[in-house]
Amino acid sequence: MKKYKIQLLSLLGMAMFLTSCGDNNGNKKSSGALNSNNAEKVYVAPGEHDEFYAFMSGGYSGNLTVYGLPSGRMFKEIPVFSQFPTTGYGYSEETKPMLNTSYGFVPADDSHHPDISQTNGELDGRWIFINGNNTPRIARIDLQTFETAEIIEVPNSAGNHSSSYITENTEYVVAGTRFSVPIPQRDMPIADYKGNFKGALSFISVDPEDGEMAIKFQLIMPGFNYDLSHPGRDKSHGWFFFTTYNTEESNSLLEVNASQNDKDFIAAVNWKKIEEYVNNGGGTKMPANYAHNVYDEHTHTATTTMNKEVLTVDPTKVPGAVYFLPTPKSPHGVDVDPTGNYIIGNGKLSADLTVHSFDKMLAAIEGKKFDGEAYGIPILKFEDVLAGQVKSGGLGPLHTEFDGKGNAYTTFFISSEVVKWKLGTWEVLDRKPTFYSVGHGMIPGGNSRKPFGKYFVSMNKITKDRYLPTGPELEHSAQLYDISGDKMELIYDFPTHGEPHYAAAIPAEMLAPKSKKIYRLDDNKHPDAVTTPDKARVVRKGNEVHIYMAMIRSHFTPDNIEGVKVGDKVYFHITNHEQDFDVPHGFMMIGQNTSGLLIMPGQTKTSVWEPKQPGVWPFYCTDFCSALHQEMQGYVRVSPASSDIELSWTLDGE
Amino acid sequence: MKTIHRIALLFTLGLLLSCGGKEEKKNKRPELGEAPVEAVKKEVPKSTEVPASKRITLDNKGVGSIKNLALNATIDDAMAKRGEAIFKTNCTACHKTTKRFIGPNPTGILERRSPEWVMNMILDPKLMTEEDQCAKDLLVEFNGAAMSNQNLTETQAREILEYFRTL
Repeated sequence: MKKYKIQLLSLLGMAMFLTSCGDNNGNKKSSGALNSNNAEKVYVAPGEHDEFYAFMSGGYSGNLTVYGLPSGRMFKEIPVFSQFPTTGYGYSEETKPMLNTSYGFVPADDSHHPDISQTNGELDGRWIFINGNNTPRIARIDLQTFETAEIIEVPNSAGNHSSSYITENTEYVVAGTRFSVPIPQRDMPIADYKGNFKGALSFISVDPEDGEMAIKFQLIMPGFNYDLSHPGRDKSHGWFFFTTYNTEESNSLLEVNASQNDKDFIAAVNWKKIEEYVNNGGGTKMPANYAHNVYDEHTHTATTTMNKEVLTVDPTKVPGAVYFLPTPKSPHGVDVDPTGNYIIGNGKLSADLTVHSFDKMLAAIEGKKFDGEAYGIPILKFEDVLAGQVKSGGLGPLHTEFDGKGNAYTTFFISSEVVKWKLGTWEVLDRKPTFYSVGHGMIPGGNSRKPFGKYFVSMNKITKDRYLPTGPELEHSAQLYDISGDKMELIYDFPTHGEPHYAAAIPAEMLAPKSKKIYRLDDNKHPDAVTTPDKARVVRKGNEVHIYMAMIRSHFTPDNIEGVKVGDKVYFHITNHEQDFDVPHGFMMIGQNTSGLLIMPGQTKTSVWEPKQPGVWPFYCTDFCSALHQEMQGYVRVSPASSDIELSWTLDGE
Repeated sequence: MKTIHRIALLFTLGLLLSCGGKEEKKNKRPELGEAPVEAVKKEVPKSTEVPASKRITLDNKGVGSIKNLALNATIDDAMAKRGEAIFKTNCTACHKTTKRFIGPNPTGILERRSPEWVMNMILDPKLMTEEDQCAKDLLVEFNGAAMSNQNLTETQAREILEYFRTL
């Protein structure tokens, strides 16, 4: 019996040999082997790091999210145009000015197209820019702190969509209007749109040292819809290309009325020529009102300046500055290949892609081969500038990215696919489905002179059945393709927050080493900072009570405060005295009509509380900071308005 | 037949041992950012009559980058003054020179601890509370209130040490 058992075991062993470790032998089941291969490609082991940072716009969240590639793990949501109670952005006294506009405080927006700063057409990883589409604004995010450093409002604009793309050396971040409007704004009949509404294309200069933005000039164009834009690269550096639709200039039911013309235009703007024109005193200054909000990392405080004037340029006054390239059919994205020669119009109502040649465009301009004009702007002949057409067989091309190896990747919304094709021969090399209805695609550095052509991320508009259902509302689905081989390979799905329109990615090694770990306490220039605990104090100014407080693991100094009265407005100015990486502290006060705070090491933030009834009210640290986190709390005694209790404050009776 | 079965059995056992996956990479630190150091061997704190704060451990230099430190016979006043300012900004939230507070009172510290131990404790409190018995016991004695790493330079820590000599 025993012997029989051993024999059985040995037979079992032989059977195991035949079946186990089978995946390593490969080719047993081709799909299985491929799947395990794909799993390895996206697997980032615990404690190890991703190869790329990917920054995805948040769409209607108004923010920017940071992901790792290839893992698809989300690292951070950076608040940009929206209030963010998680950290107190847009709620704290220091950051409220970031959301000021000429319309007052605007707490939300629709963020679309992030673009990383460049030097010589290559990513340099200093800043990332993103546009607020609804209330036109451009933000600059510092890639050392991963915080919003600056927001500038764009006047004379509406639907700030052909934004925020930057030139080769980050000379300009460009913001074009999707909706044309009366310039200046005025009360007039909507039906008088045609010929009266205008589209402003804004060139915002970026200071090469500190990145600070200023509107250099606005080009006041005919009242079309300026949909997307892209800077020239390399040989076409100095030019900027904008797609237009609604060249019909209709003001209602655009779905039908803006799709009448067989061809719309790509506007080619020679910005160097206009720059020279304005540097020589050209252009017209017009009254305006727009906010410029700057966050100072040393005072930890944002300030708003209202600008009252903007320089406008009439394109017909600068000969040779603007040309129209006829492009079928309501083109959406316009993308320029890394050599700068090919300008790709993604005609969203067409099956084909139109590729214009920069060289041919220059020759046509030279030869003055015009096909009429629109509002005084010369129209080039379609045949004269056409380099080729990609007969893709797909439907609804939207956007194109490049891998730096002579290939282009175009997303097709209607036919839900990404198509790889060859620049120059226009031959379709591969196509893969997306799930579902892809908008933008993104290759790290894929709109620059030097793409890192390893992955392609499709940002899909429809999620449907890709994940476990979560009621009617679903996160958008992103998909990762390995594009290192001849054929694209779909290797991963991951959900994204809000609605990522465009994204930008950069090798991790370019950002991680310079990512800031703490703010230095001895560099803290906040006027209300408490840099040594003995300066902690409470001061009354009329009915305002200012509590200057310090925090460190795991107590507040002071933590007992008396003498506050009903009707007072209490400001907590809190400085985190930690100087170690990843030791933020939180703060919340019972019944506060605003968000709490999350305060980084060395940082000062301010939160307001207006107590409404007498009592003794606790506050505490909301970020689990140490083994004694639960002990990190304090009390404020609130007395009736008529009380004569003097202000006093203590920590442990001192 | 019996032999065949024996061979097959050995083979099976071998098989059970193999296929165990690749050997884990040991002590591999990620290249970017910081990662938790792998857990160090746990030692049971020695029970002792004298609390850690009162214990005299002058021979113990602690664990960390400071191996040997000779102090001058005279105190450098300018250095001590700089140390006092740094101490005030970075340490007084938890250490008072008049009494025991969140952490121990540094007055007279050099009668109980070696200069190297003090420097190592300032520069890498996490490593010390993991690997130095005295630091471990102090953490327990002070209710588990872990000392914060204030990211001071060696020069700054040395200046604080000089300030401690004046207390």
